[in-house]
Amino acid sequence: MGELKLMKGNEAIAEAAIRAGVDAYFGYPITPQSEIMEYLASEQPEKRTGMVLLQAESEVAAINMVYGAASTGKKAMTSSSSPGISLKMEGISYLAGAELPCLIVNVVRGGPGLGTIQPSQADYFQAVKGGGHGDYRLIVLAPASVQEMADFVGLGFDLAFKYRNPVMILSDGVIGQMMEKVEFGEQQPRRTKFDEPWMLTGKTPDRPHRIVTSLDLEAVQMEKHNLDLQAKYKTIRENEVRFEEIACDDADYIMVAYGSSARICQKTVKLARESGHKLGLLRPITLYPFPSERISQLADKVKGFLSVEMSSGQMVEDVMLAVNGKVKVGHYGRYGGVIHSPEQVLCGFEEFLSK
Amino acid sequence: MELKDIIKPENLVYKRTECLTDKVLSYCPGCGHGTAHRLVMETIEELGIQSETIGVASVGCSVLSYDFMDVDMTGAAHGRATAVATGIKRCNPEKYVFTYQGDGDLAAIGTAETIHACNRGENITIIFINNGIYGMTGGQMAPTTLLGMKSSTTPYGRESALMGNPIKITELVAQLPGTYFVTRQSVHTPANVRKAKKAIMKAFDNQKLKKGLSFVEIVSNCNSGWKMTPVTANKWMEDNMFPFYPLGDIKVDGELVKK
Amino acid sequence: MAKMRGAVVVDVERCKGCELCIVNCPQNVLANIAAQVNSKGYPYVYMKNPGDCTGCTNCAVVCPDGVLTVYRVKE
Repeated sequence: MGELKLMKGNEAIAEAAIRAGVDAYFGYPITPQSEIMEYLASEQPEKRTGMVLLQAESEVAAINMVYGAASTGKKAMTSSSSPGISLKMEGISYLAGAELPCLIVNVVRGGPGLGTIQPSQADYFQAVKGGGHGDYRLIVLAPASVQEMADFVGLGFDLAFKYRNPVMILSDGVIGQMMEKVEFGEQQPRRTKFDEPWMLTGKTPDRPHRIVTSLDLEAVQMEKHNLDLQAKYKTIRENEVRFEEIACDDADYIMVAYGSSARICQKTVKLARESGHKLGLLRPITLYPFPSERISQLADKVKGFLSVEMSSGQMVEDVMLAVNGKVKVGHYGRYGGVIHSPEQVLCGFEEFLSK
Repeated sequence: MELKDIIKPENLVYKRTECLTDKVLSYCPGCGHGTAHRLVMETIEELGIQSETIGVASVGCSVLSYDFMDVDMTGAAHGRATAVATGIKRCNPEKYVFTYQGDGDLAAIGTAETIHACNRGENITIIFINNGIYGMTGGQMAPTTLLGMKSSTTPYGRESALMGNPIKITELVAQLPGTYFVTRQSVHTPANVRKAKKAIMKAFDNQKLKKGLSFVEIVSNCNSGWKMTPVTANKWMEDNMFPFYPLGDIKVDGELVKK
Repeated sequence: MAKMRGAVVVDVERCKGCELCIVNCPQNVLANIAAQVNSKGYPYVYMKNPGDCTGCTNCAVVCPDGVLTVYRVKE
């Protein structure tokens, strides 16, 4: 049994980062995730583990500091919230293009534009469809508890280094701000060996110089690089899908929801069953790769899916692609910073049934 | 004495540094980038720090500088080189870290990153090539384009009322407490090349002191962009660029030596 | 005083014929070769007056493309 603490989701990410042996955090304040850097600053990670903590002049600078640190094989991370993540998108595309591992946390708030500081899930498209320019994908993890906020830091870096790919934790203001019990593992040592052939460690006489870049002016070479990326994403899709099923075994209808919305839907499942609906919940834990195959299997035995998101309907498009017309698919959600209640979701479900 | 009697290993007095790769440079004939590349690499060879150096290339004509410099290097997004260098240096304080950037990269799109890396006093070396124009994209106005100077986006000459004024970013960063050594050099004559080499040597050597950032501007030519031959471009540079961008040290050992 | 004699070896394929070495040679040793180009189509420099070279290295120092290697002896 590890150490139990009562913490905000944002603080849990920060504590988990120190314990996971992360080498560097570069950030810029933005609500509702500023506690991540504040917690790190109060913990003095440079004393605890030697971890670098730096408040950058902008989100743009922060993600590029991550790029620099990651080029040398270090475990580097940043965090922000929606408008700040938009600023980071340039750097994220470069990280994906140069195949550098890193962790990016998005504690999503309502948009578009400056939007609101209240929770939202409206950055789904940006997170799972690329977001920046070019054909690339992030591995996207969607925590639904403070415990998962902590756990996904270590998991995120494992996946990032396994596939040399940026990983995003797509959270939201609910999970970031709420306090829950969280259990932490032992302190992991920081990496000391930087022996992989892509890491910039200084050119020695026994090897050619190394170049980290996303540029290739030869179109055919760039196409090959893209093909390699797509092959990698296929491997990720085949091996890294994670999801949780709640009351799906006998379900007639299934809600698909992630993060804080999935927590709300758990209550809706109870309410629905009390009123005689056999309703289940499928919670994607990885949004990319998306549990399309499982949804497709379930589509053979249920009557419909309702995607419940705090957005105008983004993940519902991936649900539709997975269902591929076999049964009906709908969307319910409050958005723009408004959080739906379990009762509202139930009403939304009943309306979906009547359509 | 015949030439063959002179051309013997024991008589060698100058050869291209082995810290440059064998690739033929992609720059236009007479472009100062090649000389600046060579000076940085000669410095690294002479300091014996090839295995301890990590460079950051930027976007512009020198985007492929990592193909020519035989050290480990990363290519930064446009303007972000000093942020990338900050990430490298903070995580690898024992390494020598430098950026190689043009005026568009460093003084326009990357102004924030430049100013703040300088202000934090990152222990890195910035090599800044100022040729007053965007070379790679075809000769558009740069932040450093002189008033009255023609470019493809100021075909009738840069006018301050419409396009603002050329920026002296080097004087600007010299004002920040985080910079330790700030100088402006050129590489168009042998004497200037030798002075620039000394400055670059100092800028790398300073990293050991951990007293702040070293910033070396090299005012250079862009023959293609200026639409001149290399020789006339260098003359034009002396007559027009140097009066506005005067050569010499601006800050030495953390003290301003020129206002 | 002993006279210095120098020699410049040109890496023809690297040369772009920019003439910076030519105008910076104090002895007027160098010139671009007439009516010939390298494989990239550039005219290239050669020692037109080899007897005047002192091996001062100015040409190599100012050459952007690392074309020139310089040798020097006391005569």
